[in-house]
Amino acid sequence: MLKKTLFFLALCPTQLPKYTTTQLTSLVVLRILIGWHFLYEGIVKVLNPYWSSAAFLLETKGIFSGLATSIVASPAALGIIDFLNMWGLIVIGLGLIAGCLTRIASISGIALLFFYYVFNPPLIGYTYSTPVEGSYLIVNKNLIEMCALFVLTIFPTGTTVGLDRLIFLKKKPE
Amino acid sequence: MNQKKNKKSSDKPGKKSAKKKKLTGKISKKPAKKEKLIDKISKKLAKKEEQISLGKEKTFKIEKANGMADEKPTKKEDVNLERRDILKGLATIPVFGPFLYAFLKKKLSDDFKRKEILAELGISKKAPAVLPKTDLKKPRELIRLGIIGFGGRGEALVHAAGFAHPDWIERKKKQAKDNKLNKGLETFLAQEDLNIALTGVCDVFDVRAERGIAASKNDIRPGGGSGLLKGARRYINYQDLIQSNDVDAVIIATPDHWHAQMTIDAVNAGKHVYCEKCMTRTIDETFKITEAVKNTGRVFQLGHQGRQQDSYIKAKQIAEKNILGKITLVETTTNRNSPDGAWVHEIHDEGSPETIDWEQFQGAAPNKAPFSLERFFRWPCWFDYGTGLSGNLLSHEYDAVNQILELGIPKSVVASGGIYFFQDGRDVPDVFQAVYEYPDRDLTFIYSATLASGRKRGKIFMGHDASMEVGSSLTVTADWESTRYKEKIMNNIINTSLPLFTYQPGLKDIDTVTSATERYFATRGLMYTLRGGRRVNTTHLHIKEWLDCIRNGGQTSCNIDRGFEEAITCHMATISYLEGRKVEWDPLDKKIV
Repeated sequence: MLKKTLFFLALCPTQLPKYTTTQLTSLVVLRILIGWHFLYEGIVKVLNPYWSSAAFLLETKGIFSGLATSIVASPAALGIIDFLNMWGLIVIGLGLIAGCLTRIASISGIALLFFYYVFNPPLIGYTYSTPVEGSYLIVNKNLIEMCALFVLTIFPTGTTVGLDRLIFLKKKPE
Repeated sequence: MNQKKNKKSSDKPGKKSAKKKKLTGKISKKPAKKEKLIDKISKKLAKKEEQISLGKEKTFKIEKANGMADEKPTKKEDVNLERRDILKGLATIPVFGPFLYAFLKKKLSDDFKRKEILAELGISKKAPAVLPKTDLKKPRELIRLGIIGFGGRGEALVHAAGFAHPDWIERKKKQAKDNKLNKGLETFLAQEDLNIALTGVCDVFDVRAERGIAASKNDIRPGGGSGLLKGARRYINYQDLIQSNDVDAVIIATPDHWHAQMTIDAVNAGKHVYCEKCMTRTIDETFKITEAVKNTGRVFQLGHQGRQQDSYIKAKQIAEKNILGKITLVETTTNRNSPDGAWVHEIHDEGSPETIDWEQFQGAAPNKAPFSLERFFRWPCWFDYGTGLSGNLLSHEYDAVNQILELGIPKSVVASGGIYFFQDGRDVPDVFQAVYEYPDRDLTFIYSATLASGRKRGKIFMGHDASMEVGSSLTVTADWESTRYKEKIMNNIINTSLPLFTYQPGLKDIDTVTSATERYFATRGLMYTLRGGRRVNTTHLHIKEWLDCIRNGGQTSCNIDRGFEEAITCHMATISYLEGRKVEWDPLDKKIV
């Protein structure tokens, strides 16, 4: 059962995608770049003993602000969120670069970025005191990276170039 | 495209079979067993070749070139598939190479900078050991406290000692319900139980005296739970409280004009005293109180709770290590912008000649005035009861600087200011500046205040090599033209647009800040305070220190000598303002010139 689920997540659609070399290369490069970004963001947080998502959560605007406040108010919840965040970023980054369980990594990445986006949405009327390096109107880099990961989910490359090829291809039904 | 492919694949088998023949020819000299095997392989190969794809063939070629096909012929079919898959499967793994290289290079460079800076500064990364060990055991000996003056500050002091008014508890409970981040009640209940009883309350306003008694009976407190607090007795006259056998130590939180008289009476009656700032209202009182406290040997603590602020204690270490180089200018400020901040306090509905003992309130004041609710509730606005900005707020700033640099009494002061915004009948200025000179230290200390603008200005120590801003946190920034750090600035180890390091109370280490975002979070105190850092009320620590000295002996951090320096320094500015002249201190004759 677990195998089947993993198989589905990693290979759906089960057909080996057919891309031209240029298409494949650009998709793999995009995957590696996003993976690199995730991996470094995660490592930086793990290496900083004082890092916490509290500052980000306290900035939350909109419908999730109540939830964010509850998380910050509870040291246990904050600890869990911090842990998931740090290690989630690292694992997703490793997965994307190596092409290992690529589809799971992409979908988890989308979920993580979705939370970043909805907790601090750059909507009209919301201002944040966290410094940002650009100017955003509704669309910010989280949203774009999220969409890029969505593209990678529906145009999978892990089974062509990536560890998924070794993990899943041999067992692929002929 | 398809045509090409077909053509290629149709070409291939021919070439392959030729190669095969060569292969079999070569190996034919070897034992018969092997020949059989090779025969088998050849058959399999021929079969496979029909299905073979372009990529697989390439792999095969590579293997052939490496002579691998000969070595493991039995599993050739699988090998061919895996080789190609392995190559493609691992194709992106080399990306980790440049990632690791870039990551380690950046980390090493950041670590190197940090180490270099900390080595250059020679300061410990550790926080000063100020947060007391949370001894959960109560101190054995019970101390019975009396409080004189249960206004806003008096209530806050008793609260810090461990007795909160029931109203406050209710308010905090409601606030915590509305906002989960409001931890006021939690912090209060987690405070150390100082093993004290509040046995005496004296206030000239009935309502406040009753509030004090209610607080003394409130069992919702640190270490509370027995529900059996006897509560305080109300004393109508402060003398009765001081003479009482039920009181061991007294907190004085009255207007300034009563501080000296009450402290002198209390120490003479054998009581230990915690007195609010400003210690006195006049120079003359300052000498008298100092003499009385020294003669009786009672434990005296002046209410500058900033003495417990660990960022100040760390700042003192930094100044002692000469990290800032020669400090020539210290700038401190008070910026407030609300009626309450300018002492236009609310007048209580029940305040009247019937509920307020006006005669006792006036007591030691130089000018007797008819009953006035304004004067009673907004006493800091008149020189009759205090010294305005000088004794009220400059005193805190001066004491912080005196704690960090041990300045003592200045050589001279020039002060100026005026009543520019709150022209409500007060006689103390609402805009006030004082410039103190310390020629022996080659240093000027400036205080600048307005009660009508809240713009943030820090407490800044300006040295030749670096400057330091001290608040609840601490930031040191190297100076562009520094002599000491010149080389490190040139070598890009020290960046003058970023702090050299920051220090956050609650954070165990001093940290050198390496990015703009980190600096931003550090200065806002966002990075550290909510995680693990235990919040402690500095006033609680200041009272605790006083009680510890009463029980175990030793000197309080803001003892009578520091109080003497504070009072003289503040009064010099007041005299300068009132007389419109430069005021000097004669350290030999101990008098104002």
